[in-house]
Amino acid sequence: MTSYTLFKNARLLDPATGLDISGEILIQDGKISDIGEQVTTPADAEVIDCGGKCLCPGLIDMRVFVGIPGADYKDTIENTGEAAAAGGVTTVCVQPVTDPIIDDMARVEYMETRARKAKVNFIPFPAITKQLEGKEMTEIGLMSKAGVKAFTDGNKSIANPALMSRVLRYAAMFDALIIQHLAVSELSGGCMNAGALATRMGLPGISTMAETIMLERDIRLLQSVPTRYHAAQITCQDSIEVVAAAKRNKLAITAGVAVPHFSLNEYAIEEYRTFTKLSPPLRAESDRVAVLGGLKDGTIDVIVSGHDPEDPESKRVPYELAEAGVIGLETMLPVALEIYHNGHMPLLDILAKMTCNPARILGLDGGTLAKGAPADLCIFDPDVPYKIDPEKMVSLTKNTPFDGRPIQGRVLRTVVGGKTVFEYQA
Amino acid sequence: MSEADNTAHLRFPHQHLLGIEGLKEQDINCILDLADKYVEQNRKTNKKTDILTGLTQINLFFENSTRTRMSFELAGKRLGADVINMSSSGSSIKKGETLLDTASTLNAMQPDLLVVRHGNSGAVKLLSRKVNCAVLNAGDGKHEHPTQALLDALTIRRRKGRIAQLTVAICGDVLHSRVARSNIHLLNIMGARVRVIGPSTLVPGNIKDLGVEVFYDMKEGLKDCDIVMMLRLQTERMEGGYFPTISEYFTLYGLDHDKLSVAKEDALIMHPGPMNRGVEIEASVADDLTRSAIQEQVEMGVAVRMACLDLLTREKRGAI
Repeated sequence: MTSYTLFKNARLLDPATGLDISGEILIQDGKISDIGEQVTTPADAEVIDCGGKCLCPGLIDMRVFVGIPGADYKDTIENTGEAAAAGGVTTVCVQPVTDPIIDDMARVEYMETRARKAKVNFIPFPAITKQLEGKEMTEIGLMSKAGVKAFTDGNKSIANPALMSRVLRYAAMFDALIIQHLAVSELSGGCMNAGALATRMGLPGISTMAETIMLERDIRLLQSVPTRYHAAQITCQDSIEVVAAAKRNKLAITAGVAVPHFSLNEYAIEEYRTFTKLSPPLRAESDRVAVLGGLKDGTIDVIVSGHDPEDPESKRVPYELAEAGVIGLETMLPVALEIYHNGHMPLLDILAKMTCNPARILGLDGGTLAKGAPADLCIFDPDVPYKIDPEKMVSLTKNTPFDGRPIQGRVLRTVVGGKTVFEYQA
Repeated sequence: MSEADNTAHLRFPHQHLLGIEGLKEQDINCILDLADKYVEQNRKTNKKTDILTGLTQINLFFENSTRTRMSFELAGKRLGADVINMSSSGSSIKKGETLLDTASTLNAMQPDLLVVRHGNSGAVKLLSRKVNCAVLNAGDGKHEHPTQALLDALTIRRRKGRIAQLTVAICGDVLHSRVARSNIHLLNIMGARVRVIGPSTLVPGNIKDLGVEVFYDMKEGLKDCDIVMMLRLQTERMEGGYFPTISEYFTLYGLDHDKLSVAKEDALIMHPGPMNRGVEIEASVADDLTRSAIQEQVEMGVAVRMACLDLLTREKRGAI
């Protein structure tokens, strides 16, 4: 039996087309069947009044780490799904950094099977190299033909240039997307941004060069192949300039940034707060500002949460010994909205980096309100002010760097395949 | 010693001593003034007082140390405290207990003073949040070693009569040195001019932000200095290849009579110990009693630590 749901009285925001109107959207059997100021609605349709709030495509988060399999004390697939739903995220792209590592089709399918119980869509990204060892490539061809959208070694770089060169040439045959974590490991032995603050605190630093050198090398390799390449996280001015130049040279390169890297700088560490430890680390203010510029001018295509649950035992230790990683699914949209509220970027441009841009890069149907697209929706009020309270989050681990931050913007309802999976309860 | 002496009014308005950064000039003078009194006490035959009787001091050393631990132990005992030492080898720390679990366990034993050394920057601060007693940082990673800077300051003040306006050169492995950081903060607070000298691989350029002048040539940096502070070359942290050979290092940065000749004639030579003779300092310079204050630093160390233990327990003891 066909089922209909009408979301009426909404401010419809579709970054894919630039649509920003008051209107309604009709869902039929989990897909968008009509959208407009007024749409013809069957009498038996369920009607949901959005109260004039914003309705946009559900967010697609290209960088999420999960504890399952291997570390279910950190989180579960179900919990990650709930956190995503609470953040308006309807698709999470899972990094292969699990135990066992997702590095062949069987494990991709295992992850997909486990994820069926979750409230949102899970897309596992398998590893580029077996066991994330950076030595032998995985079955990129077979997995691509089986529908895999992208490959990444998660929080590891492909260090060997000969291997990376072969990976890029090989991946090009299947139009596979290669996502690289940018860090020269020999330059990444520290635990915070290299600079005067690190010197003052007596902590070993990680220079932005660790990122930019790897990026420049990869771009050199890309000049001889047409491979689609995505720089997972760009965090500094030098990298912004390098990506911008590569784009001017028409290379098939895209780039992402995690929310903390444009909303916090290295001083967030205060007195050795391990919840500010990230890979790459939070950078200097000048780099943060450069990243904001890269978001605005389109050098950076995608905003990710970088969601990475770490249990308290990994964080309640001296800074150098703490695991890197912060949670972010529930704070991605509200914190990103800061750059709308402060006038840095228009709302649609910010939303594009979490909806249609990742969808285009990954070749997904979602990320748009177009007719026929999956009914993955996020309804939010961009204006409601509150303070971030980790205790109110649904994530099992609470390692957010945004504890106590005053923000504006709240997700009110999240819809996946036409079904409401989250509704805000005051 | 009578409590009605001229140091009874001294106040140290902090719960812990975790670092020099953030202290004020009067805080430092307060410690140094009281330490002067303890220098006299320590030179008597009967060195002991009872002001800390009944109090428990635990020296918790996650990193090996002989002289700092002994100095703190002696300081506590001379004030009458019960002093217990706990070091990482053979203890529960080696068995995988976390820092904070160790802190909670010790806290349950109701200590009054915890003296902590740890190999990671910020670790002592982290621990201080989990205990109810006063915590003294005896060195955390590459961050701070406040009592070393205080004993250096006491040594300088007694020899030169002041700290302000003196030109102090800190030489050698600044990168890995918590002693250098604490001294830079303290000397700046007290109004000295601070230079750091060393190879560019061991002196981060951005250290300028801490308020120092940077020199890569030893003689240029030592010119007209009042105080020459040598740092120990931490050879155990040199796996990265920070300089080619010890011999080259000594030739360029080892303190010998020739390099020292450009400093002021009465320049004082200091070293936090233990020294690597023939690596960062020539033996005859270290042993030159007219210029070297190295033994005096050790003596001042006990007095300064007594002053810190005294001040941090004054409120608890009802001494104020």
